[in-house]
Amino acid sequence: MGSGDPPKGDYGKGGDALERVRAMMQWTPQGRALGLQVMKIEGAKVWGRAPYKAELIGDPETGVIAGGVITTFLDQLSGMAAVLAMRKPTTVATIDIRIDYMRGAEPGRDVLAEAHCYKIGKNVAFVRAVAYEDSPDNPIANAAAAFMLNTHVKMGANLREAKT
Amino acid sequence: MIAQERLTSALARIPYAGFLGVRAELKGDELTLVLPYSEHLVGNPLLPALHGGVVGALMELTAITQLAISSKNDKFAKTIDIGVDYLRSGKPIDTYARARVVKIGRRIANVQAEAWQNERSQPIAAMHGHFLVAEP
Repeated sequence: MGSGDPPKGDYGKGGDALERVRAMMQWTPQGRALGLQVMKIEGAKVWGRAPYKAELIGDPETGVIAGGVITTFLDQLSGMAAVLAMRKPTTVATIDIRIDYMRGAEPGRDVLAEAHCYKIGKNVAFVRAVAYEDSPDNPIANAAAAFMLNTHVKMGANLREAKT
Repeated sequence: MIAQERLTSALARIPYAGFLGVRAELKGDELTLVLPYSEHLVGNPLLPALHGGVVGALMELTAITQLAISSKNDKFAKTIDIGVDYLRSGKPIDTYARARVVKIGRRIANVQAEAWQNERSQPIAAMHGHFLVAEP
């Protein structure tokens, strides 16, 4: 994680900020399906947990969780760090994410991760994230992502487009 | 060459592929992974849009499966790194992905993949990655 003062948004203030971020995590059906949890927030940093589940195994011989789960987890947590950094939190969309897989996650253990939005501009936020079991010093995977901010969401926009 | 049935059973052994609901179609040596739409794949319920991580996971699965076919190796390669570019939001419809093995070295393979929905010419995401080739 980078150093320096994290950018602060409305989500970083007030006692119920953590609850609002947790509600954000629950808002995503895929986040619910994976059982993703928010543990802690601090400025534009967020800590989360992805519980170990047998249905998420990617290698049946070893019981190691699928890389795709780590991808989704880091993408989601990184997006939340971007939202935390915004003065007026709205929705964000991933522009790109690059993930380095250092090793397989330990079978049977929950994966933890932290994401830090280290730079935010008018249109784009930059986030680093790392996944691990015990300590970021022994990472499972590292991510660097860019997010487009203020994606003006028209409710049901994709439903109309899907029909054409 | 891994036949369709062998490929399907290889995928069926991966619990996470079942969690996503992925199914494989093989024509010659070209693989298409199909991800039928399901509510639990959504990342943004307002639009609604597929979760970016799910689309990334689909392309990664496509890449390692195509790599197993191209290298005539039953074992799946390990992912070293991937880069995913998101081009359009994923609509609540079926998604397809294909991968192209750019190079297989002695230890490392370079693979590109694309995901699309209605039109092949309008990809919703692109991926490139490096994979540690499994010992046969």
